[in-house]
Amino acid sequence: MREVAIVAAGMTQFGELWQQSLRDLFVEAALEALDGTKADHLDAIYVGNMSGGQFVGQEHLGPLMADYLGVAGVAATRVESACASGGMALRQAFLDVASGASDMVLATGVEKMNDGADVTAVLASAADQETEAYHGVTFPGLYAMIARAHMEEYGTTEEDLAAVSVKNHRHGSLNSKAQFGREVTAEEVMNSSLVAAPLRLLHCSPVTDGAAAVLVVPLERAKEFTDRPVRILGSGAATGSMALADRQDPAFLDAVSLSAGRAYKMAGIRPGDVNVAEVHDCFSIAEICVTEALCAVDRGKGGEAVRSGYTSLGGKLPVNTSGGLKSKGHPVGATGVAQAIEIFEQLRGEAGDRQVKDAHIGLAQNMGGSGASSVVHIFQRV
Amino acid sequence: MPSPRYWREIPSRYRLEASRCCGCGKVCYPVRRVCPACGAADWKATRLSQHAKVVTSTVIYVPPSEFLNEAPYAMAVVETPEGARLMIQVVDCDPDEVKPGTEVNLEFRLIRKEGLSGILCYGHKGVPVG
Repeated sequence: MREVAIVAAGMTQFGELWQQSLRDLFVEAALEALDGTKADHLDAIYVGNMSGGQFVGQEHLGPLMADYLGVAGVAATRVESACASGGMALRQAFLDVASGASDMVLATGVEKMNDGADVTAVLASAADQETEAYHGVTFPGLYAMIARAHMEEYGTTEEDLAAVSVKNHRHGSLNSKAQFGREVTAEEVMNSSLVAAPLRLLHCSPVTDGAAAVLVVPLERAKEFTDRPVRILGSGAATGSMALADRQDPAFLDAVSLSAGRAYKMAGIRPGDVNVAEVHDCFSIAEICVTEALCAVDRGKGGEAVRSGYTSLGGKLPVNTSGGLKSKGHPVGATGVAQAIEIFEQLRGEAGDRQVKDAHIGLAQNMGGSGASSVVHIFQRV
Repeated sequence: MPSPRYWREIPSRYRLEASRCCGCGKVCYPVRRVCPACGAADWKATRLSQHAKVVTSTVIYVPPSEFLNEAPYAMAVVETPEGARLMIQVVDCDPDEVKPGTEVNLEFRLIRKEGLSGILCYGHKGVPVG
């Protein structure tokens, strides 16, 4: 396999973008990524997207996006793994370049969630339709059951859950592209309305429009496009049981653990080598469970790691410096690529007020459903 | 949901039909051809007991549109004595009282009405014992 690098990135504002359509969002992010790179052509485009079909009635996104980017003719296809679609699109781009099949690949993610669709119902289609959604469970409901299991098993508290939201909003307040770039207090979180007990509104990531794109090339050619490429050191993906009921331990995310193990192995690093991480905090409990499954903290200690400041900016391992899904926003198909962009900027020293000092190695973890799919990428400053 | 899709699910939804793996004995609900534990493809049909214990739970305050009139309602992952786990609503009780360890009976109930014609879709719900 060839060494692979990211050399450019582009991302729209995240939020309720009523003036922009699905294709507008894609084109804005893709143009920003390509602008100034002197890329004279593309070999392939991967479009991470969870549900253009249900959100805006549009399938077949590969050719649509290539066409509107003005590059009809280029091989382009959509990649879907629910909320992990963006991360999986990046993985396909990585594999395409690593294999030697392509040199210039655009890995993108896009989602238009605010266009009138019943968002709760669309998102629920990433759960098991016959055994879960049929009975009336929602996504917040599934993660609430994970939270209750974690509380039961490890004594995790509502204060721990609130601390995740407080931290990520604090980070997000430093990110001009965040949907909710303002701070919240633990009191506000714990007094917000119940969505699915014990999860409240301010434990949940918002409904977001947005797109993100990165240009992926062979490392040996990276300097043609930028002085500061970021190497993709490892990529790992995995699946787990689709239905929450089929997981022996509902408080542990097996697919995250497997995907992380594969990524660490390919990268040749240990969890303790990571300086900065973006993880899938679709709900506050998810960040706690993910940091444990990544072996970034001990099992059962995810809540404590947040409260002690271990995972805050300035801590030993800053997690979700972008504000995470919670504050930055969660346009589901775009999220995985947006996470990679935060790490790309951190490793290039471009993260401004959010900059983690001397960050050499970064990690991005993106998952689908209630954790049935997960993809982890590890990046290194070159 | 088109009605053939609903009919196909009747054995599991009406009769709690499950599969018992001939290789390792694992019971799966609904029926699976391939055992997720040992990979064996031989299985025998079995029916789940109509009682179970809550593994984890929640109370849904913001429901899907079909369940608007029922919120807030409790949902739980429950385990039957056969070791099969399923996701159900738990009803006829204070939803806040449904916690890990709560014992429930599985009762045949209306679950939802689907489509413009309001097809009645049945299944099982949990009712706390005692």
